[in-house]
Amino acid sequence: MTEFLQQLINGLSLGSIYALIALGYTMVYGVLKFINFAHGDVYMVGAFAGYYLAPWVWKVIPQGKDATAFSWSTSAGAFAVLLLSMALCAALGILIEKLVYKPLRSRPRLTVLITAIGVSIFLENFGQYLFGADPKSFPEILPDRAIEGLGDLTVMVNQAVVLVVTLILLVVLRFIVMKTKMGTAMRALSFNPTAASLMGVNNDVIISFTFGLGSALAAAAGILNAINYPSIDPLMGILPGIKAFVAAVLGGIGNLGGAVLGGIILGVLETLVVGYVSPMYRDAIAFAVLILILLFKPNGLLGRAEKEKV
Amino acid sequence: MHRPKTWLLLFVLLIAACAQVQDKINPYYFDILITIGINIVLGVSLNLVNGYTGQFSLGHAGFMAVGAYAAAAASIGITFTYFDAPSANAILAYLADPDQMLFFIVRPLAWLIHFGIWAFLAIMNAILFIHNEVVSHLQLLPRIPQFVGALCYGGGIAALAGFAVGVPSLRLKGDYLAIVTLGFGEIIRVVIQNTEAVGGSRGLSIPSRETGLFGTYLAVALTVYVVVLLVHSTYGRGFLTVRDDEIAAEAMGINTTKYKVIAFVVAAFFAGVAGGLYAHFKQFIHPEGFGFLRSVDIVVIVILGGMGNTPGVILAAILLTILPEGLRALAGWDVLPMSVREIVQNRMILYSLLLIGLMLTRPQGLFSGGGKITKWLKGRASA
Repeated sequence: MTEFLQQLINGLSLGSIYALIALGYTMVYGVLKFINFAHGDVYMVGAFAGYYLAPWVWKVIPQGKDATAFSWSTSAGAFAVLLLSMALCAALGILIEKLVYKPLRSRPRLTVLITAIGVSIFLENFGQYLFGADPKSFPEILPDRAIEGLGDLTVMVNQAVVLVVTLILLVVLRFIVMKTKMGTAMRALSFNPTAASLMGVNNDVIISFTFGLGSALAAAAGILNAINYPSIDPLMGILPGIKAFVAAVLGGIGNLGGAVLGGIILGVLETLVVGYVSPMYRDAIAFAVLILILLFKPNGLLGRAEKEKV
Repeated sequence: MHRPKTWLLLFVLLIAACAQVQDKINPYYFDILITIGINIVLGVSLNLVNGYTGQFSLGHAGFMAVGAYAAAAASIGITFTYFDAPSANAILAYLADPDQMLFFIVRPLAWLIHFGIWAFLAIMNAILFIHNEVVSHLQLLPRIPQFVGALCYGGGIAALAGFAVGVPSLRLKGDYLAIVTLGFGEIIRVVIQNTEAVGGSRGLSIPSRETGLFGTYLAVALTVYVVVLLVHSTYGRGFLTVRDDEIAAEAMGINTTKYKVIAFVVAAFFAGVAGGLYAHFKQFIHPEGFGFLRSVDIVVIVILGGMGNTPGVILAAILLTILPEGLRALAGWDVLPMSVREIVQNRMILYSLLLIGLMLTRPQGLFSGGGKITKWLKGRASA
């Protein structure tokens, strides 16, 4: 029982990383109806942004000597690293959209897909050139230790941080999408782009905003994952990217709640398979889920069926 | 091509003549020539799916891997032991164990799962039986028929894999198909990595180097011949209708799934043959060598050449095989600043920029459109 709970908690913290990345896929799919293949690599850039930003942040916010203690300065430092990296990746996402995807907006979807694959390969390999191909060790922006008083369960502080930060980000995202003008325009655009622009929505601005928002969430996922698994390298985004895409499809692509649900399910499932069956199949499970879901429920768990119009 | 068969015969005679001097060529050029041939087979076959049929497969390297391993297993004589029923029983016992946390969820499904595992194992054993029979018979043949048999066997198994992948996934469109084929490619890699009989993650060595110039270019000629004929047949019309307007094609009573599956299976077959050639050329194959990036290499060949343009794809395969060699020379040129040399050394940076640039400016590919050479080639190919 304890072991199962332990796996469940590990799965939840992994799943929330997938959920954050999956949200970016789903939002971009919502407004542009295409899969941004390069999204997983924005997640990688997010982690590297944190790696390079942390020393700068520590200069501005000096850290205490005791590395194991939580203090206001460590929390503020970690928070600043997270926010700065999110902002940087939002800018990167908007830049990619403006430079590459915007000129292709009226082209066939296959053209855009190939371009997205190109962007993805570019980010991976330019990352290898820029950051070096060898794995780097992510700085310890939060002191990590086990939370006490849980009996046999081992829950690290950072796992709890991942869950809490994810929850906060989801609430903020929901607020932005449901309550702000930008969010309303985003939903209108995903519903019907022509009608939205007739109603005075500036589609270009909204699409850029969506890319920025999605990329910021991916960057947050990158940092959150790196505080738990501190080894980062330029190719780290490929597999989480694909798995998060699977999560988005599992939940129903275009559906924000679905992306979160899919991410959590996939994370838990992956941890259970690794724990109970064999760690060999860690990477195959996501694809198996994808194939099954596409065969039996192509619209995903929460997606609505769309009739194809001629 | 007015008389495709005459062209084929002429080409085969030509390469037979060329192959006579194979031992006298510098091994470096020999390597490049063989790699060009293998890349042409891969590019032209993928073009059938990505170009003519308008689907987007990102898993061609997966079929190449299947072909490479199957052909290697056939020529080395690797046979597999059958799955036994007790392994199914062990899984069942595990699932039905009340100490397991998942007991209550799983128990009602246990019999269903049990049956599923049995059926799966029965099918796998049937495939293994055929494999073991084929391999043991191939071992009795002399060297050259054995190599040809191994190549055909590799192609056949790859085609079988293509069929198994194609039937469920070709109902999907565009982006989904790309991801599913990518996923299948990865699954194939994971399965090979976990199959100890073929070396698992240590890779597999093939003792004899069978692939020569003649064999490779015979495969090239046959691939181009089959693809050109297929494209200009009724099936080719089917492929083009699927690409141009799937809904209209369906409305005209065309079984679009059938044509997609045919294109996919044929492409997988030739990818398997290319894999077999590769395995008997490099003499060492490793599951990591058939990953996503290898698939991207092939996709770049098809896109650079122009989707649905066989002569263009052949040119692109030649160009993209020579390009890394040229880049390597450029990277060694010490006049250039270090940063430029480092960028040049990583061909994937250039490939990605090439992909993006092509899509932005010339989505039809480098060798499609109004150029004199392409018109001449097209006149030859399509007549």
